[in-house]
Amino acid sequence: MDEVKNINKTNFAEEFVDATEELVLNMGPQHPSTHGVLRVILKLHHEKVVDLDCDIGYLHRGVEKISETLSYKLAAPYMDRLDYISAVSNNLAYIETIEKLAGVEVPKKAQYIRVILTELARISSHLLWLATHALDIGAMTVFLYCFREREEILNIFEMVTGARLTTNAFRIGGLPQDVPEGFEKAVKDFCEILPGRISEYEALLTKNRIWLARTKNVGVISPEDAIAIGLTGPSLRGSGVKWDLRKAHPYESYNEFEFDIPTGENGDTYDRYLVRLEEMRQARRIILQAIDGIPEGDFTAKVPKVLKPPKGEVYHSIEAPKGELGFYVISDGSTKPYRVKIKGPSFYNLQALKKMCLGHYVADVVAIIGTLDIVLGEIDR
Amino acid sequence: MEFLLVVVVKIVIILAFISLGVAYLTYLERKVIGHMQVRLGPMRVGWHGLLQPIADGLKLVIKEDIIPTQSDKLMFILAPVICFLHAFLVYTFIPFDGPKGFWGYGGYISDVNVGLLFIVAIASVGVVGIILGGWASNSKYPLLGSLRSVAQLVSYEVAMGLAIMGPILLAGSLSMVDIVKAQEKMGVWFFVPQIVAFIIYFICGVAETNRAPFDLPEAESELVGGYHTEYSGFRFALYFLAEYANMITVSAIAATVFLGGWLMPFPSILGPYLSFIPGFVWFALKVFFFLFVYLWIRATFPRYRFDQLMAIGWKILLPLAIANLLVTSFIILYLKM
Repeated sequence: MDEVKNINKTNFAEEFVDATEELVLNMGPQHPSTHGVLRVILKLHHEKVVDLDCDIGYLHRGVEKISETLSYKLAAPYMDRLDYISAVSNNLAYIETIEKLAGVEVPKKAQYIRVILTELARISSHLLWLATHALDIGAMTVFLYCFREREEILNIFEMVTGARLTTNAFRIGGLPQDVPEGFEKAVKDFCEILPGRISEYEALLTKNRIWLARTKNVGVISPEDAIAIGLTGPSLRGSGVKWDLRKAHPYESYNEFEFDIPTGENGDTYDRYLVRLEEMRQARRIILQAIDGIPEGDFTAKVPKVLKPPKGEVYHSIEAPKGELGFYVISDGSTKPYRVKIKGPSFYNLQALKKMCLGHYVADVVAIIGTLDIVLGEIDR
Repeated sequence: MEFLLVVVVKIVIILAFISLGVAYLTYLERKVIGHMQVRLGPMRVGWHGLLQPIADGLKLVIKEDIIPTQSDKLMFILAPVICFLHAFLVYTFIPFDGPKGFWGYGGYISDVNVGLLFIVAIASVGVVGIILGGWASNSKYPLLGSLRSVAQLVSYEVAMGLAIMGPILLAGSLSMVDIVKAQEKMGVWFFVPQIVAFIIYFICGVAETNRAPFDLPEAESELVGGYHTEYSGFRFALYFLAEYANMITVSAIAATVFLGGWLMPFPSILGPYLSFIPGFVWFALKVFFFLFVYLWIRATFPRYRFDQLMAIGWKILLPLAIANLLVTSFIILYLKM
């Protein structure tokens, strides 16, 4: 009798130990909220995250290696597929790097149109970010509202480049062709409706108690940590660091436009949300200045059919919607680059995930992945 | 014999009506939310997509029935049935119309003296189906979902039970029919004297039925569907139907207990003109109102986090419900003295 009791006791004890074990939960690569094929391995205590590891590479296509086998011009469309949400910005970063390498001077008109298109891409990227971020937190309506405006931008892209998503918008030396008739009106019409639409999203979210509860003090990162990890873009500015390549190292004609750099204070999800909303407004400001001031002239510089940049290496980066997007290109004097290294913002921003998530709930992990605004096409390359 | 026949006919009518109502509630949801989100919702199957729920149902029935190999098979099969059964059982006690309604046969299947208690009790058993389903799937996301639902439903049940104590005290009866009759006698629907209880009840009702912003057990962006992640085909449909049937139940109880059930509004003014409208139409309108609010909330709000949800349940709703109950009892006691 006593023996039986003892056996039961030990069993209970063992079961109890088992019951308090940490739960390892695989989030992704197929998960609605990992924004692509990110795999996050979560260690949970109840619903709290005690450890976290990211597994990437599910979307690796070898873009860097492919571009070594192609001529400088042919590699450009591959860069659209990095951050497919703002293909125009990727294209610009690559094209500018090659122009810097080959010493090509771009006409003013092309520069202005490049600015307009990249700022439109910034708005569209932020709209998609807001849409998915809000959907992750459960606000379904914002998702569809944002897609409504993004559609307008994609229509403009279609008008100018013929494509909607992977636009391959620019060429080395300028633009593939002049902008079509009606471009100015379409852009101005869009700028007309945008502020009203942004206040619509704000009406649904900014002072919503649930939204505040879900985003305030979630995923906080201090400015020191943010710099140490290498965060760039809105994720860095949300922590209060006023760093924007458009102001710090102006490229194209950004020094000719007036705009502000919004920054947050607490470095939490809510601040990053406000920063991105304000960035959309500032982008609109730049577009309006640029569209009114498009100078006369050629839309492209004279570039040789076969481009052979001189021997050398160059690093050039731009402020993409998600942060600093840089290209490091080595030329050996032939028609193909010797090496192309891509510094994508999403890859660096993802490194903050662990620091932001520890001690938070599973639901917060989803919100934090959303607020970092990552795109797996660029992380895996 | 005639009594039996009447009951059977009523059961068939109510069951058919509720099943159809549940099916078309999904249609209503897609249409209402669709229009709120500047899109059209279903448009292809039938006129303005009116046959969509039937097409969906058909699709779910003919889908492959998948039972995960690692699951506890008996429980896996049983769980959605438990959920579904109890969601529909509740309608036995809900008065769709008064005792003279349904052309003199009485607008309900059964009126027992503990009706409301019975409804709350049976509705709670439905939770068992969710817990079992999450557990039997033997998978981590459903497990987390079902754990959340246990905590959520149990804690909101308490505040909900205390909230409906107020109207019960006013009516002095647990019978659903008597509660409506008491409102008729009092001349004012209970949502006026019991406004606090009414609000608490509705919030808890939303949480009870796992609807936004309290849809944590099945949060698709976090738990990929929660407790029913591993379910597909008609077993999934059973969960789905149970959820929507529960929505109608909560709305029906709210309409009966707080909004006067089958009674018409302002009988002294509208009575002479609108008395030809049968009671169940008024009842249906009131239920529809609550269902619309449900959908409206879903289109507007983000989702709460788990700990925030528990904090609201235990720290705000429960104390308020207790305070409401105490104040109501003291007032009734004072009036009787």
